[in-house]
Amino acid sequence: MIEALQFEFMRHALLAGLLASLICGIMGTLVVVNRIVFLSGGIAHAAYGGIGLSLYMGWPHLPGTLGFSLASAMVMAAVSVNTRHRADTIVGVIWALGMAFGIIMVDLTPGYNVDLMSYLFGSILTVPAADLWIMLGIGLGLILLVTLYYQDLLALSYDEEFARLRGVPVTVLYFTLIGILAIAIVMVIQVVGLILVIALLTIPPYIVERHAKSLLHMMAGSAVLGAVFTMGGLWLAYQWNLTSGAAIIMVAGGGFIISELAQLSRRRHIHKLQ
Amino acid sequence: MPESIVQIEDVSFAYNGETVLKDVNMDIHRGDYIAMIGPNGGGKTTLLKLILGLLKPHRGTIRVNGGPPSQAAASIGYVPQNAHINNSFPITVLDVVLMGMLDRQKRRFRKNTVRRQEALAALEQLDMADASDKKIGELSGGQRQRVFIARALVTRPQLLLFDEPTSGIDTKGQADFYFLLKELNKTITILVVSHDLLVISRFVKSVACVNKVLHYHDQAEITGDMLETMYPCTGEDVCPVELVAHGLPHRVLQAHD
Repeated sequence: MIEALQFEFMRHALLAGLLASLICGIMGTLVVVNRIVFLSGGIAHAAYGGIGLSLYMGWPHLPGTLGFSLASAMVMAAVSVNTRHRADTIVGVIWALGMAFGIIMVDLTPGYNVDLMSYLFGSILTVPAADLWIMLGIGLGLILLVTLYYQDLLALSYDEEFARLRGVPVTVLYFTLIGILAIAIVMVIQVVGLILVIALLTIPPYIVERHAKSLLHMMAGSAVLGAVFTMGGLWLAYQWNLTSGAAIIMVAGGGFIISELAQLSRRRHIHKLQ
Repeated sequence: MPESIVQIEDVSFAYNGETVLKDVNMDIHRGDYIAMIGPNGGGKTTLLKLILGLLKPHRGTIRVNGGPPSQAAASIGYVPQNAHINNSFPITVLDVVLMGMLDRQKRRFRKNTVRRQEALAALEQLDMADASDKKIGELSGGQRQRVFIARALVTRPQLLLFDEPTSGIDTKGQADFYFLLKELNKTITILVVSHDLLVISRFVKSVACVNKVLHYHDQAEITGDMLETMYPCTGEDVCPVELVAHGLPHRVLQAHD
């Protein structure tokens, strides 16, 4: 691994993975405890509509995609704000429509075609330095926001009704959360691809949740665990010449299975003791 | 005439055009201990949310301490239904109680020692101080409920509202719970919502029966016309519900005529 780091692209890949782990550790924690994993998937996939639209219209790529994703995320937030657990159908519709719309737009654009695979799996080995700075900015911004609004986010996530009673602006906060989630997802997809974003948003927080005693622990633990998965996956990809994004996800999946088995045997052990 | 803490006047409420509550009038007096009973979908929880200010009445007015409910948030303690809370959430017992101190004016509080002590004192009052560092999911249903009561008590409310407090709690736990409420009622007004007509604490002082309309009884007994409200039927032949009771300490019900 050390020898691999003499290559600039490997250093960039490692930094991109670590920053993605940090961003996904923070946002993934909020996603998992608020049970909006499906909504996050919807945002991530519908974003492809923004990519296709920007391409067709000749808009600058990033603002076009961000705008489209924010708009679709706000629609999803609006349908889910009052019936948090019954919005999945509409999210599914937006998910599919956004994706199909993006592909049609790419079809209609003459000449150059965007590679759908690179959108799905990203290209962590070709990350330019500028993208690293953007991710660092988002990571620091997230840390600042979470620090300032920690108590409100905690109350919203744990007991929305009680939060409302205590004067937390629940609706505004929820829309803000979804908006920030959309920005974070779109930015990280640019770098590491959609599939890796979903994996990093869900697997580390889920594993950490049962051991963590606070949201803060869960965020920090998820970021660290995501970083471990990323480094392990990159090492495997380097050793055996595998697709890096997929290798990272396989490592994360392995961690997930081990954690589940450990939990199972622990429960059995406790059962036996009783 | 005792002083009122909550005044409900001619309140009506509808969800999507369907009337849930109609012309409801009720005063909750200081020191009272009310059981609010009625069938599922009868509007109990809606009335509770109206008192809390989570919903606004379509007609009529609700005043808490003489003002709108939203301004009285700190003087109302609310204990939600156990089942609505995510038990795998990463939060300690102490942090749940500290959440009770979130404040409309100063929402960004620091977890300073004074607040910690107040939260611990509230837990102490409910015999849960030893568990303050445990994760909330590690507790039993009854213990969790005590933590939620501590969270409601930490702002020293004048009124405590409970939504279906005994669901998911075993019989022994229910008995303990009702003794606890009797103690709390020495200083705090209590309103308990329950869909279970047959299980009300014998310490209850009055009964409100909600099924779209509200029947208020300032005595703790269930009467024939309350049952009529609950299970409306024109005659005994069409009513499938017969209530059976035996003597004290369980309450004797009037005949279903």
